[in-house]
Amino acid sequence: MEDERSLSDICGGRLALHRRYYSPSCLEFCLSCPRISLRSITAVTCTVWLAAYGLFTLCENSMILSAAIFITLLGLLGYLHFVKIDHETLLIIDSLGIQMTSSYASGKESTTFIEMGKVKDVIINEAIYMQKVIYYLCILLKDPVEPHGISQVVPIFQSAKPRLDCLIEVYRSCQEILAHQKAASTSP
Amino acid sequence: MRSSSSPFFLSFNSGPGMVLKAFFPTCCASADSGLLVGRWVPEQSSAVVLAVVHFPFIPVQVKELLAQVQQASQVGVAVLGTWCHRRQEPEESLGHFLEGLGTLFSHEPWLQLCRERGSKSWNCKATRRQGPTPLAPACEDQVMLIFYDQRKVLLSRLHPPAALPERQAGDATASAGGLAAVFDTVARSEVLFQSDRFDEGPVRLTHWQSEGVEASILVELAKRAAGPVCLLLACLLSLVSAASACRVFRPWPLSFIWSKLSTCEQLRHRLDQLTLVVSAHRAEGPAQLMRKANTLVSVLLDMALGLLLLSWLHRKDRFAHLAEALVPVADRVAEELQHLLQWLMGAPAGLKMNRALDQVLGRFFLYHIHLWISYIHLMSPFIEHILWHLGLSACLGLTVALSILSDIISLLTFHIYCFYVYGARLYSLKIHGLSSLWRLFRGKKWNVLRQRVDSCSYDLDQLFIGTLLFTILIFLLPTTALYYLVFTLLRLLVVTVQGLVHLLVDLINSLPLYSLGLRLCRPYRLAAGVKFRVLEHEAGRPLRLLMQINPLPFSHVVRTYRLPSCGCHPKHSWGSLCRKLFFGELIYPWRQRGDKQD
Repeated sequence: MEDERSLSDICGGRLALHRRYYSPSCLEFCLSCPRISLRSITAVTCTVWLAAYGLFTLCENSMILSAAIFITLLGLLGYLHFVKIDHETLLIIDSLGIQMTSSYASGKESTTFIEMGKVKDVIINEAIYMQKVIYYLCILLKDPVEPHGISQVVPIFQSAKPRLDCLIEVYRSCQEILAHQKAASTSP
Repeated sequence: MRSSSSPFFLSFNSGPGMVLKAFFPTCCASADSGLLVGRWVPEQSSAVVLAVVHFPFIPVQVKELLAQVQQASQVGVAVLGTWCHRRQEPEESLGHFLEGLGTLFSHEPWLQLCRERGSKSWNCKATRRQGPTPLAPACEDQVMLIFYDQRKVLLSRLHPPAALPERQAGDATASAGGLAAVFDTVARSEVLFQSDRFDEGPVRLTHWQSEGVEASILVELAKRAAGPVCLLLACLLSLVSAASACRVFRPWPLSFIWSKLSTCEQLRHRLDQLTLVVSAHRAEGPAQLMRKANTLVSVLLDMALGLLLLSWLHRKDRFAHLAEALVPVADRVAEELQHLLQWLMGAPAGLKMNRALDQVLGRFFLYHIHLWISYIHLMSPFIEHILWHLGLSACLGLTVALSILSDIISLLTFHIYCFYVYGARLYSLKIHGLSSLWRLFRGKKWNVLRQRVDSCSYDLDQLFIGTLLFTILIFLLPTTALYYLVFTLLRLLVVTVQGLVHLLVDLINSLPLYSLGLRLCRPYRLAAGVKFRVLEHEAGRPLRLLMQINPLPFSHVVRTYRLPSCGCHPKHSWGSLCRKLFFGELIYPWRQRGDKQD
């Protein structure tokens, strides 16, 4: 079953949380970031071209204009392919693991999968970010050497940066599945 | 001990709450009904299905085949359950027959997968007996189906590689983490995939190669031809290395020159690499194989680029142009240096120099330049021939040509190097003298035993002479410092140019081109991990996932498979470099490995 809600991130932008419940042991959360706006693209392109035209009137070299067009195109492609994240997905499968996917605006997807055997816990942590105190959800990984130690902290939803209400919902669902997993792994 | 066919064995971690994961190959999804054959991993409660055995079969022959496979591959292959691919109407007789098989090939838990032909609905059941007797009530586990592409999982290699257990008798311990065990199982069971459906064996299997074993004629021919070719090359290379190690090159001046030339270093490096590639030993593991392949591709590309350069140089008789241009360029450089020295001997940048010292140093360096110009003019008739013969060596590779270029730059700027050494030595002498006399001025002394500054009472005449010398040195300091500064900057310029050339050579030497090509064309071969996708899900049906291989990012490929190179790295940090420059110590920023400290 599916569920969709509209929330906001720490800067006030609109986010959409899409929750899909496949089975008691499999859950997916999809956070969609605000899309790239036409206004900002137009503003950046106009600035770059105005600067290039200014240089052209100084130097009388038409290579500057072609270079400016080239730079704008490459910059836009690079931004869409490497920087702008469209939506982030968290997929939890009981007894298999947790998978985080980031989809970029150009369609590229980068996925990380963490096996359940390495996951110690999922927690909400506080951080001081410039002048704000923000909350973020993260996965704690077990240390292979020390049984009570933590080897790594992996933050989730790093570019969407949702607020506490969204995080609490995701946290509750994750804890249900993790509790189920712990009960299954310790039962004789 | 861990044989999965014993009915008394109960897995300790998988209680009734844990979901059973069935890894099912996508090639078997359209196969006819039969038995599921694979490996059961109790720690992760997962069943890795490797193949499907079709009806009709004789159970004894199936058991024999499984025993053979288990012997050859050290993987605990067993019958895991039944597979039913049927029409719309369920056939009752088939259902009972399949359940009867459960008693024949006893396995805990017994998996029953069922699919309706032409539709996407699957049914899975895993039954487990709760007691030692066959009459005890069975309990069912929840099943999760994970599809995987058998061929890709077989060929891929996980990074970082899990510590694979050595081949032991019986079931290998699944100390490899969850999914690494799946990869390991499929990779080791290659012997099961050798028979295809055209074989006349007693048992009919379906797996990824059952439509016919794949092979390429070119690859097979290359494998056959590789043996004698490698032998021939190995003999040639051993001859070359024996020749280079012979007595003629031992005496001191020659061996010193060979150690300083970067061309010899590069040639030696290439010889080592080629010897490694054509050696008769088989590669120990996948890492060694990748290294050999990377080295071979790198050497071939190098030679191709070298031949390209050679053909470009020969095309418009460029050698003659180069040789003609070389002597005037060297002359021009010497002339510019002379102008620089004349400028320094005057009033450079408005500073007032000590006239006597200035003239001495200036004349000394001018004489050097005069010697240098005469030497260049002496060599000028032979330049073209030398260049032509050196250019021939470009067919050994672009890196050799670049090393020769770097050596030529060193030779042509030898006078700048000499000037730098003179200036630096003079300056460092002055600085040491100054620091010692400054201590005397304050009434202190350097204690060599205790490595610290101690107070000391000097005699009056010692103090007098010391102060006099101190004054002389400090007034002569600007002149010496200026000469030192100018020549150090020139030397740093030359060193920067050479460093760039060496950087390029290093890049060509160490870039793992074969691995990068593999990552581009066959991304599933180099796996950083896996990723899952949830397939269409209907309520009441088991959860179906598709497991795909997550390829390694390019930066990790370069980092993991980088070839060892001559190691041309700057040996000093910026801080120590500045310190050495200030005190006038000689700097050698780009050190080759194995160079002795000067």
